[in-house]
Amino acid sequence: MLSDKNRIFTNLYGQDDWRLDGALRRGVWDGTKGMIALGRDEILQRIKDSELRGRGGAGFPAGLKWSFMPKQNTGRPHYLVVNADESEPGTCKDREIMRNDPQRLLEGCLVAGFAMGATACYIYIRGEFYDETVRLQTAIDEAYAAGLIGKNACKSGYDYDIYLHRGAGAYICGEETALLESLEGKKGQPRLKPPFPAAAGLYGCPTTVNNVETIAVAPEILRRGVAWWTGLGRPKNTGTKIFSISGHVNQPCNVEEEMGIPLKELIETHAGGVRGGWNNLLAIIPGGSSVPLIPKSICDEVLMDFDSLREVKSGLGTAAVIVMDKSTDVVAAIANLAHFYMHESCGQCTPCREGTGWMWRVLTRMVRGQASVAEIDTLLDVTYQVEGHTICALGDAAAWPIQGLIRHFRPELERRILDYRKHAPAAAAAE
Amino acid sequence: MKVTSYHKGDAGEFVFTADNETRAKAIVARYPEERRTSAVMPLLDLAQRQNGGWLSREALNYVANYLEMAPIRVYEVASFYTMFNLHPVGTHLVQVCRTTPCWLNGAAVLTETCKKRLGIGLGETTPDGTFSLVEVECLGACANAPMVQINDHYYEDLTPQRLTEILDDLAAGKEVPSGSQTGRMSSAPADGFTTLKDRLARKPADPTGDLPDAAAKGA
Repeated sequence: MLSDKNRIFTNLYGQDDWRLDGALRRGVWDGTKGMIALGRDEILQRIKDSELRGRGGAGFPAGLKWSFMPKQNTGRPHYLVVNADESEPGTCKDREIMRNDPQRLLEGCLVAGFAMGATACYIYIRGEFYDETVRLQTAIDEAYAAGLIGKNACKSGYDYDIYLHRGAGAYICGEETALLESLEGKKGQPRLKPPFPAAAGLYGCPTTVNNVETIAVAPEILRRGVAWWTGLGRPKNTGTKIFSISGHVNQPCNVEEEMGIPLKELIETHAGGVRGGWNNLLAIIPGGSSVPLIPKSICDEVLMDFDSLREVKSGLGTAAVIVMDKSTDVVAAIANLAHFYMHESCGQCTPCREGTGWMWRVLTRMVRGQASVAEIDTLLDVTYQVEGHTICALGDAAAWPIQGLIRHFRPELERRILDYRKHAPAAAAAE
Repeated sequence: MKVTSYHKGDAGEFVFTADNETRAKAIVARYPEERRTSAVMPLLDLAQRQNGGWLSREALNYVANYLEMAPIRVYEVASFYTMFNLHPVGTHLVQVCRTTPCWLNGAAVLTETCKKRLGIGLGETTPDGTFSLVEVECLGACANAPMVQINDHYYEDLTPQRLTEILDDLAAGKEVPSGSQTGRMSSAPADGFTTLKDRLARKPADPTGDLPDAAAKGA
């Protein structure tokens, strides 16, 4: 288990003062001027060396992403945009950062913004987080008043503004280019890439979009050193991570742990174990709704990091662990997610707009078993027609949970179909 | 996708109040001068709050005019995002989170509880205009499931009984404290912390100071 001295988010639950005074007491904003004095190239190099990977789901190396920004001033503004549109089902970690440790995020905005040559930062927070917006705005106001951001931020000679922008209820705005569209005052429909945001992002200017947690941990890496960070976790899967544990556990919670912690240990140590004991476990969605579920046999051994979960054909995603015990109707659970993706599809690409609804309708029938066995393969085939054929990854995200269901629970789907036929032969024959 | 229709009736003229005019100016100032349209979402939110929780055509047109946008661009935005209500809603807009983490913990029962207590279906408003009921997708409080959002605030760790009490209190005009309804501290484990049990003594921060020697040298 990670020791408390290695935890970054020491006010994760709001047990201490969330305001600036409390944050300073906890060591946030310590030596920030010294970090900026390292210079752009040195900060970039250290973040690259730390192997920090994006915490928003895709796990892209953060230092590499930052280095895509133009090295020279292009004469236009450069932006850092923080993705605080936390909407991936199961995920509730950024909310805790924003309401309980907002200064940590703001310090990260300054340091990361400096490292990528940004002139200003927008934090795009999901609209439903009203109370969190109020706190974060208070934190921004306090940071300005204390000279930590704004003109000559932390007396570093660097001018930097941070603005807050509230969304209005659209999962798709967590996709970085949809987020930029939304920030420009349009419907949140993803853009074709290239050009990538680092070349043409917000208002056509060079922009980097990063998740809240990625930005919030960056200053601590510089403060404590790269060696400290890489000493945690495994190569390419370094550092600490906030895990959101929900569903059928005795003590659902958020917790910061070391990357690569065994899934079983994570749940038993922090979440009070699976309801009814580990043997009552059916399956777990280990990284937010978009990643395929894994059955108990895999959960027994798997480590919670990007590469381990990839090896078992799932993913770490946002590290949102959704636990389902044996009482769960697993087909209905995935059909529920299919409804989510149908609702949240932006409607731009045909495979996703039509496919998400089609997949939900078929799955809804399969919950009752009202289908033919051959339709399981048809459904699987449709998921592959959606996956990879859309502008953004929402199509993939809609397809993967269903692929996971069929991969691990095909016998259950077949059993329901045969059962339904047995009990309703007339209806089945009429199909 | 959100299914959209607009309110047909004449809702009367819409103009920002003096206070909201001040707020609107401050909002527009967050964006570059030639990018005023970025303010459309915050201004629609402001207009919706002033207009009793929903956006009339008059309010939409007012915001379009305010930002010098084509009205269709504003309609596109208002119809895309779920938090913009295009029909009148009750004083308390009850939004039950229906997505899997809440569903695993009884979200469907909460919806039924609301229907029964309020005597309305999804998408409906009570005849006295006190409550509207809708189901929404994941609200991002999954470790505190099941939960509902009522207007701006989250009510978490609910049971059907507690939700009924909340609705009773709101109907009686009482204030109900938001957040966890079991007295739990945010999303910490309910039976006590497994981490961060002790406060770590740290030297207070000096934002204008240097990095520790080792860190400064890149160790």
